[in-house]
Amino acid sequence: MNLSEHSSILIVVVPLIASFLNVFIGLWRRSLCYPLFLLALVICGFLSIDLIQNIINNGTIRYKLGGWMPPWGIEYVVDHLNAYVILIVSFISLLVAIYSKRSLEKELEESKLPYFYSTYLLLVTGLLGITVTGDIFNLFVFLEIASLAGYALIAIGENRSVLASFNYIIMGTIGACFYLLGVGYIYIITGSLNMLDIAQLLPKLYESKVTLAAFAFLVVGVAIKIALFPLHRWLPDAYTYAPSAVSVLASATMTKVGIYVLIRISFTIFEPNFSKDIIPAGTILVWWSTIAIIFGSILALGQIDFKRTLSYILIAEVGYMVLGVNLGNKEGFIGAVLHILNDALMIACLFMVTGGIYYYLKSRNIEDFVGLNKKMPLSMASFSIVALSMIGIPPTAGFFSKWYLIIGAIKAEQWIAVIALLFSSLVNAIIFFRILEKIYFKKGNSTKDINVKEVPVSMLIPILILATSVILVGLFSGKIISSIIQFTVPGGF
Amino acid sequence: MEIIIGKYNYWIYIALMMIGFYAMIAKRNLVKKIVGMNIFQTAIILYFISTAYKKNATIPILIKSQEVIDVTQYVNPLPHVLMLTAIVVMVSTFGVALAVIVMLYKKYKTLEEDEIIEILREKK
Repeated sequence: MNLSEHSSILIVVVPLIASFLNVFIGLWRRSLCYPLFLLALVICGFLSIDLIQNIINNGTIRYKLGGWMPPWGIEYVVDHLNAYVILIVSFISLLVAIYSKRSLEKELEESKLPYFYSTYLLLVTGLLGITVTGDIFNLFVFLEIASLAGYALIAIGENRSVLASFNYIIMGTIGACFYLLGVGYIYIITGSLNMLDIAQLLPKLYESKVTLAAFAFLVVGVAIKIALFPLHRWLPDAYTYAPSAVSVLASATMTKVGIYVLIRISFTIFEPNFSKDIIPAGTILVWWSTIAIIFGSILALGQIDFKRTLSYILIAEVGYMVLGVNLGNKEGFIGAVLHILNDALMIACLFMVTGGIYYYLKSRNIEDFVGLNKKMPLSMASFSIVALSMIGIPPTAGFFSKWYLIIGAIKAEQWIAVIALLFSSLVNAIIFFRILEKIYFKKGNSTKDINVKEVPVSMLIPILILATSVILVGLFSGKIISSIIQFTVPGGF
Repeated sequence: MEIIIGKYNYWIYIALMMIGFYAMIAKRNLVKKIVGMNIFQTAIILYFISTAYKKNATIPILIKSQEVIDVTQYVNPLPHVLMLTAIVVMVSTFGVALAVIVMLYKKYKTLEEDEIIEILREKK
């Protein structure tokens, strides 16, 4: 039996089984939980590398679950886009797992760690499941697995996190139910749940009102899950008060997987010309995300809590990706897909550094960051690199995706979107230079920093890896585009 | 008139869904909110199940003696199966929401959203 033939199902099954094992092993020997947890994620990492190599060499993988032929059985389809997102999710979740060990010691009781690890693995299962599946109802189930694990993980954070988690449950459930309704409408009109099968059946039915309703429900449902601007209210609270490790994982992976689902809906289930020509959904989403970019940036400017600043920046970044996907040309799409990777790396690194500062300083207030470069030089160096990337200065990764996005917007003649992108870069420059000035140049020590020192090694290594990969992805972005991303561009662009 | 009576199940589903939606957004009590959430989800189940229904049709079990299978005689089993899964998802959502509510009650000794926000504001 060839194992790599089954890697598309194993990547979901391994974390799922490890998640159940963790609870029982935790009752017996608590010290074994962390190695098991890490092992499962390392296996996921290897499987994702195997998948992406397989796809670059052999093209799309279609795995039939239980040998049932699609469209009757559930099918797992892995093409360039999935493999790329899977690689990001498993890579980030592994790094966060390494990071979480020490950071959780201060934020969670030790007796609860096994449950934390299994919930974490469930979240990873859900995210990977969303990306591999080729069945829209199966996608709903995995979406809910990921969201439920997310609600639970956010609720274990500091004081106000429980209320934030409750609001997230309400919003997230509305989103999921809208998605489910969309699935229902697609099912009654086509009688199929398989994405590729639906893609063949739908074009004849584009004139029908049911199709329009289905598209609207699916897009709005996913827009709630990715916190696209007016539907973003749950995100800042949830990500600010969650434990550091959870904020990193959720911010870096959950929204990106949501963008992936949006791409699948708009360009795999529906043909690209549906959202471009038949209804003006592409144009509406371009405007919608332009507003998201502007408001996310403005709101980020006014925050004192750095984690909250990052949450609002994340809302603007979600706007970037939705914008790029809907511009309707090749450059914009490449920029958006490249930005999925860049944003995952940058946001993860920034949240990790914030968690590292919080580790000793017990504060996330920007005013307390004064003079940190002497205390934590390596973290601050990584922070500076990523800050430059957020602003979009070459050769860091952020520059290249923004470049593509702006070129795409100019080509689509969306001048307001171009201005919004430049405006957001400018705001990022203000936010980050203000903080860098505090860290490096401002004289005088803040009162709280008596015991501050460099974070523990197991927390520092993921930060350094992410910061270096921000530069490496920038330098090799041409190679990434030519070997993976250019194959994800849907036909007709 | 025909569109209201002939498709009354869909109208009920829409009405139920809006009742649930209203409760989720407008009610200030947290338990009422998740009861609203449950009504909202149940409405979707009702919708799926009513799409499977056919007049004078029976359960989709094949009797051996029957040789020619007429699809119109059987209700569509697939939406039922989907809803079994969706019910599991909804029960787990409800469970997580209740657990969070218990945590909130232990912390603030109240389940009124306004009072909790008031307590949080005083702490600042």
